[in-house]
Amino acid sequence: MLQNINDSSDSGLQTSDAQKIVIIKYNAGNIRSVANALARLGCEAEITADPIKIRAADKVIFPGVGEASNTMAYLRSTGLDELIVSLRQPVLGICLGMQLMCSHSEEGDVACLNIFNERVRKFQLPEPNPDNIKIPKMGWNTLTNVQKPLFDSSLEGGYVYFVHSYYVALGEHTAATSNYILPYSAALQKDNFFATQFHPEKSGSVGDRILANFLSL
Amino acid sequence: MLAKRIIPCLDIKNGQTVKGVKFVEIKEVGDPVELAAHYAEQGADELVFLDITASHEGRKTFVDLVQRIARNINIPFTVGGGISAVSDADALLNAGADKVSVNSSAVRNPKLISDLANSFGSQFVVVAIDAQHQQDEGWVVTVNGGRIATDKRLFSWADECEKRGAGEILFTSMDHDGVKQGFANAALAKLSDQLTIPLIASGGAGAMEHFKDVFTLGKADAGLAASIFHFNEISIPELKRYLDREGVGIRL
Repeated sequence: MLQNINDSSDSGLQTSDAQKIVIIKYNAGNIRSVANALARLGCEAEITADPIKIRAADKVIFPGVGEASNTMAYLRSTGLDELIVSLRQPVLGICLGMQLMCSHSEEGDVACLNIFNERVRKFQLPEPNPDNIKIPKMGWNTLTNVQKPLFDSSLEGGYVYFVHSYYVALGEHTAATSNYILPYSAALQKDNFFATQFHPEKSGSVGDRILANFLSL
Repeated sequence: MLAKRIIPCLDIKNGQTVKGVKFVEIKEVGDPVELAAHYAEQGADELVFLDITASHEGRKTFVDLVQRIARNINIPFTVGGGISAVSDADALLNAGADKVSVNSSAVRNPKLISDLANSFGSQFVVVAIDAQHQQDEGWVVTVNGGRIATDKRLFSWADECEKRGAGEILFTSMDHDGVKQGFANAALAKLSDQLTIPLIASGGAGAMEHFKDVFTLGKADAGLAASIFHFNEISIPELKRYLDREGVGIRL
C-alpha cells in the first residue's frame, strides 16, 4: 500500500496539503471508507454535517450507500438538500450520492436533487438470461469513453468496483460509460458537480487516481 | 462483462491469520493486514476475513483489526464470524467493513438476514452456507464449521436467504473443502441458475484449472480460496493471466 502512495506522488498526483476537504455526514453507510481512501492519498478529510464547514470547504464529497427515498427524506429534514445544490466548489457524489444528485429515483419513487436532469432506473434482468446476470451488479467492470477532468486517458479501460441495482442511462452529462445489461453512466459531470456510480475508494490504484484527479481540480 | 472475482479468505483467531484444513487442523500463516495488503497489490478482487475467535476479548481485537484493514486496503472486504445480532454487524460496518457475512446464526434465526438487509441494505449482507452431500438427503446445510447437520437443504435455504434480502450467497461444499480436487461445480451451477443474486464458490480449489471450471461449469460469480493463496501454491497474478488466456473475463 505504501508503495502505491509513493507512486502517486512520483507521478504528480499529490495535491496541496492546504486544501480543506469535507465529506458530508448523513444517514448513509460507507462514509469512513472515503475518508480512509483520502488519508491513503495523504489528505485528511473532515466528516461533518455542519453547513458552515461544508460551504467553506475547497472540495466536498457526497458519498453514500443506502436507500434513496429514506435518504432524500433525511436530507430534506436537515436542509442538506438545498445546501448541496447551492455549492459552487467541486463536489463529488459517490454511488447513492450520484443517484441522489439526479432528478428522480425509482428506488422508493422519490424526487431527488435534480443537479443532473436524469432519472435513476432499476436494472431489469434480461429474458432469457443465458449468462446468469445478477442484480445487484456487484464487482469490477471497465470504464470506457472517459472524460476529463475527473478522468485522464490512462483510466480508459480501467477496472473499478460497482455495487448497485439502479442505474442512470447515458445522457448529456455522462463522463464515463460502463456496460452491464446495457451501456449506462458510470460517471456524470456538470459544471462543478461530479459523480461516480462506482466506488473509487474501493477501486484499487485506478480508484486512487480518480480521487487524486478530483483533489487536483 | 463484469469480471469474475478472485477472493482470498483469511481466517482470524485472536487477531492472527489461520486456515483450517477441513476446518480441524489449524496452522498460522501471518499478520492479517500485511497479508491483505499483499493480496490487494497482487490483484485480489476482494477479501474475506472470518473471525473464528470465540471469546469476548477476541471480538474486540477483531473490531480493532477491521479498522486497521479498512485504513490500509483499497479493495472491498467482507467480515464474518460471530455475527448474531444487528448490533454486531453495526460495529463491524462502522469499523469500515464493506459487507458482513452470516452463517450458523442465520440458520438458527433466519430473521437475522431480513433484519440486516433492512438495517443496512442487501448489498451489505452475504449469507454463507456450508453444506454436505448425503446420499438420501441431497445437500444438507451444516453449522458450526460443518460439525452439525441441520434440517435445511442447500437450494431451498439459498432461496429463502435471497427472499429475505441477502445480497450474495457464499456456498462452501464441506465435501470439497480442503481436498483441493476442484469446486462442487454441479451444485454451484444449479444454485447460480436458481439465484438472481451473485454466488461466491468456496471449497476445493487446488489448481488454476479449478477456477476456470468454477466460472464456466460452476457458473459462479466469484471464487474463494485460502490455503492455496496463503502457502503460495497459486499466485494471484499467475492465476489471473491464466484465466485471461482461457477466455474468462477477469480484472488484470
